Amino acid sequence: MKRGDIVFFIVCLLAVLVWGCGKNKLSVTLAGSTAFQPFAENLAEQYMKTHPDVTITVQGGGSAVGVQSAISGAAQIGMADLVILPDEAKALTTTIVARDGIALVVHPSNPVTNLTSQQVRDIFNGKIKNWKEAGGSDVPITVVSREAGSGTRSSFEQIMKDIHLTKDALIQDSNGTIRETVANDANAIGYLSHGLLNEKIKAIKIDGQECTIESIVAGKYILVRPIYLLVKGAPEGEIKNFIDYVLSSEGQQTIKAKGLIPVK
Amino acid sequence: MKLIGEKGVQRILSFTAFSALTALMLIALFIINEGLPFIFKYGIINFLSSSDWRPQSGMFGIFPMVMATLWVTFGAMVIGAPLGVAGAVFLSEFVPRPVMRIIKPIIELLAAIPSVVYGFIGVMVLAPFIRSYMGGAGLSVLAGSIILGIMILPTIISISIDSIMAVPQSYREGSLALGATTWQTTHMVTIRAAKSGIIASIILAIGRAIGETMAVIMVAGNSVKIPHSVLDSVRTLTANIALEMSYATGLHRQALFATGVVLFVVIIILNSIASLAIRKKIAKK
Repeated sequence: MKRGDIVFFIVCLLAVLVWGCGKNKLSVTLAGSTAFQPFAENLAEQYMKTHPDVTITVQGGGSAVGVQSAISGAAQIGMADLVILPDEAKALTTTIVARDGIALVVHPSNPVTNLTSQQVRDIFNGKIKNWKEAGGSDVPITVVSREAGSGTRSSFEQIMKDIHLTKDALIQDSNGTIRETVANDANAIGYLSHGLLNEKIKAIKIDGQECTIESIVAGKYILVRPIYLLVKGAPEGEIKNFIDYVLSSEGQQTIKAKGLIPVK
Repeated sequence: MKLIGEKGVQRILSFTAFSALTALMLIALFIINEGLPFIFKYGIINFLSSSDWRPQSGMFGIFPMVMATLWVTFGAMVIGAPLGVAGAVFLSEFVPRPVMRIIKPIIELLAAIPSVVYGFIGVMVLAPFIRSYMGGAGLSVLAGSIILGIMILPTIISISIDSIMAVPQSYREGSLALGATTWQTTHMVTIRAAKSGIIASIILAIGRAIGETMAVIMVAGNSVKIPHSVLDSVRTLTANIALEMSYATGLHRQALFATGVVLFVVIIILNSIASLAIRKKIAKK
């Protein structure tokens, strides 16, 4: 390499470094609940339209990641959809921004439309292994669940009580992949956030109660959990601005429009 | 005009080489530092042989995951090795050289496909197929083995072709001169001569299969149980680490690092066997 090439290379390197450090955009990172993640991304997009100098990034990972990231500082805001927050979260400032129902879902071709709470417990504990014992066809049940750190799973197990997940359950790592697994398997049953329901899967009733916004608000459908935004210390600056935006009427309208239950 | 002379270039190259080695050593030290205390505290026998993986209750037995890794990797080898070696033999001995020179890079392209794409195809196409025609949940050891088998094909084919082409032409000519047919020459002389290279390629491919995470998480089902049939859903060691690392704390986190140490040791042993095999081949010549 000639001398000129080397000088050119060094100049390019310095230019890239300077350019990278130049734009000092304010950035806020959210991490945690995969149930709230699509909504957070939507709200972030809308927020960034009116505040172009702020960058908001949203990551998933599950509610436990949300709590850990908020504590460690890896994310400025942790998202968690737990019924009861773990002890580590006591030191964090918590803000409830929405309520979310957990829908029990099966494949659209499954004839079962209703299960009692005890049947749900028995299915997830592995006592009922065949759909015919629950009013369906004579096919084995494929139980699909989340990993242990999931807020959706913790909420589900805490509300239903007495659930010791069967060892035969398939484990998927987000609400989205649970939806895909149930949509592709006619014998599957799983649970996911009500806000992620679509026509590829069918929500079934629990004890005769449907998973709709009306029955959740009326308190009839039991699987409900709050969605927390967790911050270490008091929220300030851009963090506070974003949380205020989520709680504003515009933010809550977006949440409601996309299928979650607004907190106000 | 010289900006940096020969000594300068030498120093820059040694620096970059040492940085690579240092990075590798630092990673190894970090994993061992985090994982070894746990192994001493919990007991290596208990860790490897207990079937109870319940981090919330403080139980960290990885036996089901070890079994899962063994089953899935063995399955991948059963699918990938015969196809790979046969493909390599066909491409180097029975196909005109110019055609082979076009096909070999295309196969090497298979290695460039991201593993998450393989996993995606597995979930969308392979798992439903297994579910409809063979039963079970579809997401199973079989799905994992098939996907991994295809993923390791480029490694096996590429290195085996190189080994077979390295066999001197005089071996083949001598065999044919003695009256052997082309196929007899191929399997009795050429493959036997290229044997250590082919075995090395298979061992390297096994190392790749053991370490594969993303594709396996997507298609193997991730249940913590000991497989009793290829249609059972399983969780490999790598999948276990990936699923739980993001939220594990304290002893749980150390247990996952200890799993990493186990994987590290296994892969070092495999790679040492592979390089011994290759060195034997070079020494023979």
